[in-house]
Amino acid sequence: MTNPIRDIAGADFIFAIGTNTTESHPIIGLQVKKAVRGGATLAVADPRRTGVAELAKYHLQIKSGSDIALLNGMANVIISEDLYNKEFVASRTEDFEAFKAAVVKYTPEYVEGITGIDPETLRQVARGYARAKNGTILYTMGITQHICGTHNVLAVANLAMLCGHIGKEFSGVNPLRGQNNVQGACDMGALPGVITGYQGVGLDEVRAKFASAWSVEQLPAKVGLTVGEIVEGASHGNIKGMYIMGENPVLSDPDAGHVVHALENLDFLVVQDIFLTETAQLADVVLPGASFAEKDGTFSNTERRVQRIRKAVNPVGKARADWEIICGLATAMGYPMDYGSPADIMKEIASLTPSYAGISYDRLEQGSIHWPCPTADHPGTPVLHAGKFSRGLGKFSPVEYVSPDEMPDQQYPLILSTGRRYYHYHTGTMTQRTGSLEVHYGQESLEINPSDAQNLGIGQGDEVRVSSRRGSVVLKACITDVVPPGLVFTSFHFPAVPINRLTNPARDAIAKIPELKVCAVKVESA
Amino acid sequence: MADVTLTINGRQTSVAQGSTILDAARKMGIFIPTLCHDPELSTVGSCRMCVVDVKGARSLVISCATAAAGGMVVETESPAVMEARKTIIELLLANHPQDCLTCGKNGDCRLQDYAYLYGVRGSNLTGAVHQYDLETDNPFIVRDMNKCILCGKCVRMCAEIQGDSVVDFTCRGFNTKVAPAMDTTLAGSECVFCGNCAAVCPTGALQEKGLRSSARTWEVKKVRTTCPYCGTGCSLDLNVRDGKVVGVTSCDGDVNGRALCVKGRFGYGFIHHPDRLKSPLIKKDGQFVEATWDEALGLAARKLGSIRNQYGSDSIGVLSSARCTNEENYLLSKLTRAVIGTNNIDHCARL
Amino acid sequence: MANVTLTINGIKVIVSKGTTVLDAAARAGFFIPTFCHDPEIPRFGACRICVVEIAGMRNLPASCVTEATEGMVVNTESPAVAEARKTILEMLLANHPQDCLTCEKNGDCRLQDYSFRYGVKGPGFEGKRHEYPLDDSNPYIVRDMNKCILCGRCARTCAQVEGRAVIDFTYRGFDTKIAPPMDTTLAESDCVYCGRCLAVCPVGALTYKRMAGKGRAWEIEKKPVTCTFCDSGCLFDLNIKDGKVIGVTAGSPGQGRPLCLKGRLGLELLYCDDPADPQMKRDGEFVKVSWSDALGLDGVLDKIRKIEGK
Repeated sequence: MTNPIRDIAGADFIFAIGTNTTESHPIIGLQVKKAVRGGATLAVADPRRTGVAELAKYHLQIKSGSDIALLNGMANVIISEDLYNKEFVASRTEDFEAFKAAVVKYTPEYVEGITGIDPETLRQVARGYARAKNGTILYTMGITQHICGTHNVLAVANLAMLCGHIGKEFSGVNPLRGQNNVQGACDMGALPGVITGYQGVGLDEVRAKFASAWSVEQLPAKVGLTVGEIVEGASHGNIKGMYIMGENPVLSDPDAGHVVHALENLDFLVVQDIFLTETAQLADVVLPGASFAEKDGTFSNTERRVQRIRKAVNPVGKARADWEIICGLATAMGYPMDYGSPADIMKEIASLTPSYAGISYDRLEQGSIHWPCPTADHPGTPVLHAGKFSRGLGKFSPVEYVSPDEMPDQQYPLILSTGRRYYHYHTGTMTQRTGSLEVHYGQESLEINPSDAQNLGIGQGDEVRVSSRRGSVVLKACITDVVPPGLVFTSFHFPAVPINRLTNPARDAIAKIPELKVCAVKVESA
Repeated sequence: MADVTLTINGRQTSVAQGSTILDAARKMGIFIPTLCHDPELSTVGSCRMCVVDVKGARSLVISCATAAAGGMVVETESPAVMEARKTIIELLLANHPQDCLTCGKNGDCRLQDYAYLYGVRGSNLTGAVHQYDLETDNPFIVRDMNKCILCGKCVRMCAEIQGDSVVDFTCRGFNTKVAPAMDTTLAGSECVFCGNCAAVCPTGALQEKGLRSSARTWEVKKVRTTCPYCGTGCSLDLNVRDGKVVGVTSCDGDVNGRALCVKGRFGYGFIHHPDRLKSPLIKKDGQFVEATWDEALGLAARKLGSIRNQYGSDSIGVLSSARCTNEENYLLSKLTRAVIGTNNIDHCARL
Repeated sequence: MANVTLTINGIKVIVSKGTTVLDAAARAGFFIPTFCHDPEIPRFGACRICVVEIAGMRNLPASCVTEATEGMVVNTESPAVAEARKTILEMLLANHPQDCLTCEKNGDCRLQDYSFRYGVKGPGFEGKRHEYPLDDSNPYIVRDMNKCILCGRCARTCAQVEGRAVIDFTYRGFDTKIAPPMDTTLAESDCVYCGRCLAVCPVGALTYKRMAGKGRAWEIEKKPVTCTFCDSGCLFDLNIKDGKVIGVTAGSPGQGRPLCLKGRLGLELLYCDDPADPQMKRDGEFVKVSWSDALGLDGVLDKIRKIEGK
């Protein structure tokens, strides 16, 4: 997020696209509700009539995967009606003319053909965002989990720059991240192309700095493989061994059947987790890690706020804190790794990472800190891009609409989209074992529009088989107009409904994110 | 803003115009009991516990809703004030179960605190007593409307912080009751079981089901930490008893204040679930067998080492975790790059 | 000494011969509730809350007085045991005031602890209840015999001090009561207010008057101190609330530890932020006295003044 969560409540126009905020990020949802109670206008773009869409003045119920057309259409209106922030565009950005030229064809009428949104509504939303004193954009995986996910995000950024709703309070471009420490895992270099603080592995000085700090002669310069590519490599035999810590790709990754096959193809698989997950069951060695309550450390939240977690109880049985396990494995591999505590590890991180340089456990005891925090006396940076973008001028990146990779056809006439539920989390490893959440929300169902259900002869609560070209699952039907005709929806939280056996592994060319939000399926009575 | 100067219990103080007498007293370190007041919620001034004596005022005034004025002379514990507070407590106790013995809120109950403070041992008033059924049909919150003192904090929390307005006052007079629309149970309503109402309930009317049945309030140690679920990063207190996490309570988080969602507040049961992995496992002939750490780490190190040596560093892939800490992700990146010698590390940021 | 091996809740435990089942269970990490048991004065077996199930025994024996024997198989929480304990609690509560609301022992009461543990919400029986007047006759110990569960720990700890035995069981049946001779008040008895009885009372029957109304059990942190007024080395607890010492209470009432009033008052003067005036019996009546009088320091102070005046 470019802005802190509490800024949302101060915005007077909120544009939420591809985020069911009140369900997937309930506490951020409270800020949205607060803003709406205070008179802010909320516009939600989502194919489903989600909880947050119910709160909105405008629900843009777009066709799945038509986000770029919508966003470019808004830009078209804002430019053609001369509502854009000329001062901001002139002083803070570059390549505006190219962008302007690219959106010319996205007239509201043209966009209607792609998105299904009435031109007048589109105009109103575009005007509302442009004229707002402070407009904020919220998004999550509804726009990123597409083959054009990166372009979707660029289209969002274009819009924010066009109206100057970035680099100041109560505005910004705000991806709401789905996992407690997905921000931190990225910050810490659990990515194939960068080490901590997004320092590229391709840069000689970066590798030299880390090689020296880590006491090795050299570090690899070639950008590594992403999750999907690693799994793909495993299926082809190029990847022989894998070490998986706290992930469950068998349930979370698209085309799960293929993932299982790939992991089985490995010579050796180590899985470190707190439960014997579907992935761990395929391992040769399983290492029992500690839950968040059993260790010290830090998480970085979606607004780049670094916060402590604290050990409250001892790990169960012989389980160990994950940092201790990694140290043990490194040492066993002939690279002695020894830290007294996570505080010492953070010292090392700070010494190698400019954006974390001023962060220490002593400071975190006094309160959380937003990175970038370059020095020990720096207060942290709640709002990014104030006065200047990190790259200098904000670059407009013209992007074009492309249709999703797999569209419905005769054989598979419906679109399946997947997402999250309020009562559960990710692959359900934790939330299926709480003694409360799974008691209250114990069974997953497939949301299907009444008209589709009627056409298929499906009644409320019927068992249905939903199938794609890659696999099928059986679950109960929930007939609801939350989903429009032609779209069905369910979550990936239930091991009994491994929906990712169906999803399409086609990926965004840049970020390699799979298109989990659109694949073609058929539904029949089971 | 202009300041006003007033005298409380014989001491002068200056506060900003618009401050209440309660604000002014608290600023001076003078305690005034409250039941319905909450600094984050709107002021309703309904419970009357916070009455004080203001010289020249016709009757006792409620300090939470009375603005401090210049020259005001306030007594917070005059005989009339003490008498009024005692009577309020007696009236509340006249229709409140006397079951602190096993009440889950015993030790963290304002009604109990004030009864003790003012030496009200019970009520001499006899009258009708509510006989509502206990509501236990959901796994999160136990609602005992017999213990409700109608302060309305839950109503305001649900409306003003949670923004859902699921519960409100219903009926009139003695029958007044806080309830969802049509007086259904919470499970039958639109309630999302965030539990933020229970977090502000001053008595035992709303209790966290698991926490309040497994430990007494004085037995738990609270450990401040960060929620392990979504990326919002809410702060919460783990309640620990005898080395086990028995519940979660709100704290004043940088991100979330006291608000939590159902997962953060009630999703802790996995920590001590019997399915937890308690020993390293090595697969032998298709079956997992328990192993020592030395065996498991030794085997993993040998196998990964030999794959690296035979096929090259890039034949190994590592998946790190968006669930683990920064420190752990850093170390796994270090192990992948410095020890295994590849950049093949990623995690499920895209899922 | 010879050892015996027994099984408790499925776990093999080896203890020396003569160890009670209660102690053996504690060693194995199993909690068994007790009221009348006192580690300083073992083997009483009156309250029966510590009953356990032992394979082959005719009924549920009290674990505090049953010695572990070779091969014994014990279950400390069987359904029969839980049922027995619940019934005992219900019977105690049938004649016990339900005033935890303002009871000084709320939060530090075994009857309350076990009621919560076994989910006993109140008395299961209707019947007669005691309506004793409060014995508020002295400045130190408040006796509320309505709350007494007749565990007898106060009487036994009192008798541990040579020549003391101020209180004991009196009367019979429902009227059984702990009292000084002739059922007088403590003020009229030979009680010296050492506070041993306060330290062992498991419920709210005996409470320390000088701390009444000053704080609830969960607000108070206890910090042990050793008295240095004589060479007995008695242990006392400083009672600290919000960073202030609000009282001193008798700690471990071990053998040969007089835990005398003078020692406790001296510590109150030394440690309390706001010590209450001492009171002493003069001609059979309690009166406020000066600290130097209470601690018997008049002569000493005179001498100090004299020496330092030189």
